[in-house]
Amino acid sequence: MKRFWAWGALIIGLLYFILPLIGMTNFSLKMRRGVYSFDAYAKVLADTRFQETFTYSVTLALLTILVGVFLVVPTAYWVRLKLPFLRPYVEFVTLLPLVIPAIVVVFGYIRLYNTSSWLPLTGTALGTDVLLVAGYTMLALPYMYRAVDTGLRTIDVTTLTEAAQSLGAGWFTIITRIILPNVLVAVLSGAFLTFAIVIGEFTMAALLNRPAFGPYMQVLGANRAYEPAALAVIAFAITWGCLGLIQLVSRFQKSAQRPV
Amino acid sequence: MSFLTLTHLQKSFGSVKVVHDFNMTIDKGEFVSFLGPSGCGKTTVLRMIAGFEIPTGGTIEIAGKDQTHLRPNQRNIGMVFQAYALFPNMNVFDNVAFGLKVAGKPKNEIESRVKEMLKLIHLEHLADRYPYQMSGGQQQRVALARALAPKPEVLLLDEPLSALDAKIRVSLREEIRQIQRHLGITTVFVTHDQEEALSISDRIVVMNGGKADQIGTAPEIYNRPATRFVANFVGTLNVIEATLVNGATGVVKIGEELVSLPQPVSGKADGQSISVAFRPEAAMVAGPATGPAALTGTVMSSNFLGSVMRTKVDVGGNIISFDIFNHPSALRPKAGETLSLTLQKDGLMVLGD
Repeated sequence: MKRFWAWGALIIGLLYFILPLIGMTNFSLKMRRGVYSFDAYAKVLADTRFQETFTYSVTLALLTILVGVFLVVPTAYWVRLKLPFLRPYVEFVTLLPLVIPAIVVVFGYIRLYNTSSWLPLTGTALGTDVLLVAGYTMLALPYMYRAVDTGLRTIDVTTLTEAAQSLGAGWFTIITRIILPNVLVAVLSGAFLTFAIVIGEFTMAALLNRPAFGPYMQVLGANRAYEPAALAVIAFAITWGCLGLIQLVSRFQKSAQRPV
Repeated sequence: MSFLTLTHLQKSFGSVKVVHDFNMTIDKGEFVSFLGPSGCGKTTVLRMIAGFEIPTGGTIEIAGKDQTHLRPNQRNIGMVFQAYALFPNMNVFDNVAFGLKVAGKPKNEIESRVKEMLKLIHLEHLADRYPYQMSGGQQQRVALARALAPKPEVLLLDEPLSALDAKIRVSLREEIRQIQRHLGITTVFVTHDQEEALSISDRIVVMNGGKADQIGTAPEIYNRPATRFVANFVGTLNVIEATLVNGATGVVKIGEELVSLPQPVSGKADGQSISVAFRPEAAMVAGPATGPAALTGTVMSSNFLGSVMRTKVDVGGNIISFDIFNHPSALRPKAGETLSLTLQKDGLMVLGD
């Protein structure tokens, strides 16, 4: 009887998530009257605005990942090695983006870095892009920090650091040649999550008026019927692709650490 | 000629002083073991030599150069850790080559040195293996090769055998000593295992409460312990109460026997009670060949340990432990039997505090 309820709950849950997706995918394939076709997808992919916004968001996502890695890996490493008492505070700070809405943050940015401020970043496209990358880095911080911190927990950071130091290595060598390669799988997990967040992010890009993929999806959704559904399926595929890659690299790590 | 000199070395963590005024000189090529229980400060001294801890006071000199405030990567020291600490992302070759690459050595020099090191530890055939593909003993040998590859002035071994099983521990400690002798490298070895320290060291430092209780060769430490702590910590020790008959000549009365100690007893008046200690091997079952019995007691237990029978005898409330060598016709005492023992006089010692 217990099994029946467990299976029942699972099936209801799966239907709750899958039915809308099936409906949306089905709708996205019905652009041509009476037959299933990929017309909507072809139209979306052929749209130059799709290509521009997608390229822009991918570029910003990669930059965000780079900034995130440079910020988070040394910070998490240093906190674990030298300042373990600060760990709860750092964790709290990294969780703030989950409780502070993006709209609040972006208004703060605009107020601080507008054209009449001491650092007028919003005055140029490049400056606004810098601001957007900073905002994205902050949004991805809870995921990136947790992923890296979990990775650091699987290695003996202190002893590996001391072993490298005794062999003459300085901090840069230790981080780049010992620590980073050993938490690479964790960093990649954080990177894929960051990528998924940045690709779909709307608020910051829209309010900073940048040609990102999120605002493009919103504009398309407001003016077309079938294309937004096709775009949503594409966005889902990208996100799921990222999650699949996380699973793949996690599995790779497990086999690499199998003891003799 | 002193090579590694530790002068008035001190270390405190907050208000807790863990190393008190530690002084020692180690010669070039010498193998010195720091032996002591957990928390005695032996690892802290080692970590100060390595540069991982900054001394609160005192100096560290290697080959006459002050190293006290140098960072670990500025000291030419090799270190082997208890937890192996091989870099998991590198194979054996790259692990051993790491120090040489950091030092910017040419590629061909790195290759020949790594091969030389792998030959030294008999693991040339495992150059492509990753740490997770090797046993603990193999990993620790690679860690030793890695530490030795950049030709350090001093080799530090921080309980390198503790994580290994008993058989590997014995063979690896002999291998370490052989390699150390072959290279002539000054080595400091930290252990809490007395057998390890006694078997491979030129000198042993017995540490207690943050200071060296005794520094000496293995026979000195074992046969002539300077303090009660050293006597108790190193080996098994029997302590019995005796009466001082003549301090100047070192004559004491043990039971009904008058026994001459190897040296005079000072600081005690004749007629006072003193504690006389001896190792298990200084006692033997009394017989025609061993002279008169000094002690008579009741056998409490006799355990077969292979080469010896470890026997415990109750002598007037003092439990005496001694060994009987095993052979087919050896005496096998039974619990409750009365047994007479003879003591070797030169094995007797009066303990200081």
